This record gives sequence, structure tokens and C-alpha cells, in this order.
Amino acid sequence: MNDLKLYCDTHQLANLRDFLSNTLQGTGLNEIEIHQLILAVEEVCANMIIHSHSCDPETYINLKTQISDEEIIFEITDMGKGFNILEYQEPEIAEVVKTKRKGGLGIMLVKKIMDKIEFESNGLKNTCRLIKDLKSK
Amino acid sequence: MLKIENIDQEDHVILQLSGEIDASNSVDLDAAIQDILEKGTKRILVDGSQLEYISSAGLGVFMSYLEEFQEKDIQIVIFGLLEKVHQVFVILGLDKLITIKSTEQDALEAML
Repeated sequence: MNDLKLYCDTHQLANLRDFLSNTLQGTGLNEIEIHQLILAVEEVCANMIIHSHSCDPETYINLKTQISDEEIIFEITDMGKGFNILEYQEPEIAEVVKTKRKGGLGIMLVKKIMDKIEFESNGLKNTCRLIKDLKSK
Repeated sequence: MLKIENIDQEDHVILQLSGEIDASNSVDLDAAIQDILEKGTKRILVDGSQLEYISSAGLGVFMSYLEEFQEKDIQIVIFGLLEKVHQVFVILGLDKLITIKSTEQDALEAML
């Protein structure tokens, strides 16, 4: 199991990518698959950093990765007002273009790349789990 | 790290992107496109051959200009994307909204 404490500053995202890249080596996934998993995890973390933590670098989120033969689980936890990715209604691409909104594409990517997404909150601690199946390999 | 260069050519401008675009630097891409628009350029070639990574923050910048490009009759073609980066455009279906070509030559021909 590999853990990362990620401070809420978007400039930390490069460190997150390095961490994930190292963690996912040796999983048997190819370069494109690894790239997509890194992207999906970053999208969720970037969302939390920007929207739940207002880029306050004093605060942080935690990332745990669990890799088995069947699946990879990325567990992202933070304290405070959580961002429930499951309740978020992502816009249509056409709407993104029309309203010139620069957000919304990230969650769409996460949902397309990951096989399962879980979110739970006890009002204080929020946990988001992103799961990628490896069984089909 | 992201490096952005605008290279003026006779009848088009090349927007060369090197490195990684994420939520920390997508504003730089936005500013670069804004610069190009202010110059009144009608043809933009985006050289993505050295682009290692683009997250939704960067993709969103491109999407946010599509209508303006259309209204102002500006052509934009992206070329040279690494396969892993190209796949991100494909996942979202953005390859149907913005022209993506393999080489600079193909990109120039797509503008004729």
C-alpha cells in the first residue's frame, strides 16, 4: 500500500502524478492505461483542492492506493465539506462549449475511466474511492 | 512544467505546447490563445508533439474558445499528439469538436 499526503495547492499536482506514476509501474498496465488512471485521480484531487479546500495550502487530502491482482483502489480522503462526485451532474459537452464553462469535463473523464466510484461521508471525514478492475486483463 | 511558444508563420501561427497542462497552469494556455486572438490570426496550428499531459483544465480552455473561433471564422487544428494524450481527447469525444491531425503537413492541408 502506498500513501501520499497532498497539500491543497494546484502546484502539488505534478508531485501527485509522479507518485502515481511510480506506484502504477509494475502493475502490467500499459502506458495509455496508466496515463488515464493518473488523469482520473488527478481530476478528483484537483476538484477537491479547488472546490472543497479553496486552494488553502495549509490543508491537505490523503491518497491511499491498494493494488491487487483483481483491482486497483485509489482511496482519497479529506476533512470538511466533501465533494460528492456521485451526486455531481456533469454537463453535456455541447453545454460546456456553449456556456464557455471551463469546468465539468474532469468528472466526466473520471466516470469514463474508472469502473466504480464510491463516496461516503460522516459529516467530518469524506472518502472517495476510485476502483479500476484488472480482471479483464 | 509547461512551456508555451507562439511562432508566427506567413499565414498562420503555431502554438507550441511542451510539457504538462494541469489546473496550476491552464491560465497560461488561456492567455496564449487570447494573445493570438488579439493579433487577429485566422489560422492556428497547435503543435502538441511535446505535450506530455493535459487534464480537463487544459481541455476546458480549448472548449471555451470553440464558439468564438467559429464566430470569427478562425481555423484551429491540433497536430502531433502523443497517443496517450490523443486518447484523452477521444474519451471525451473532443476529437469530434476540434480537428486533430497526425503531422504538421496534414494539419496545414486540413486548413486549405
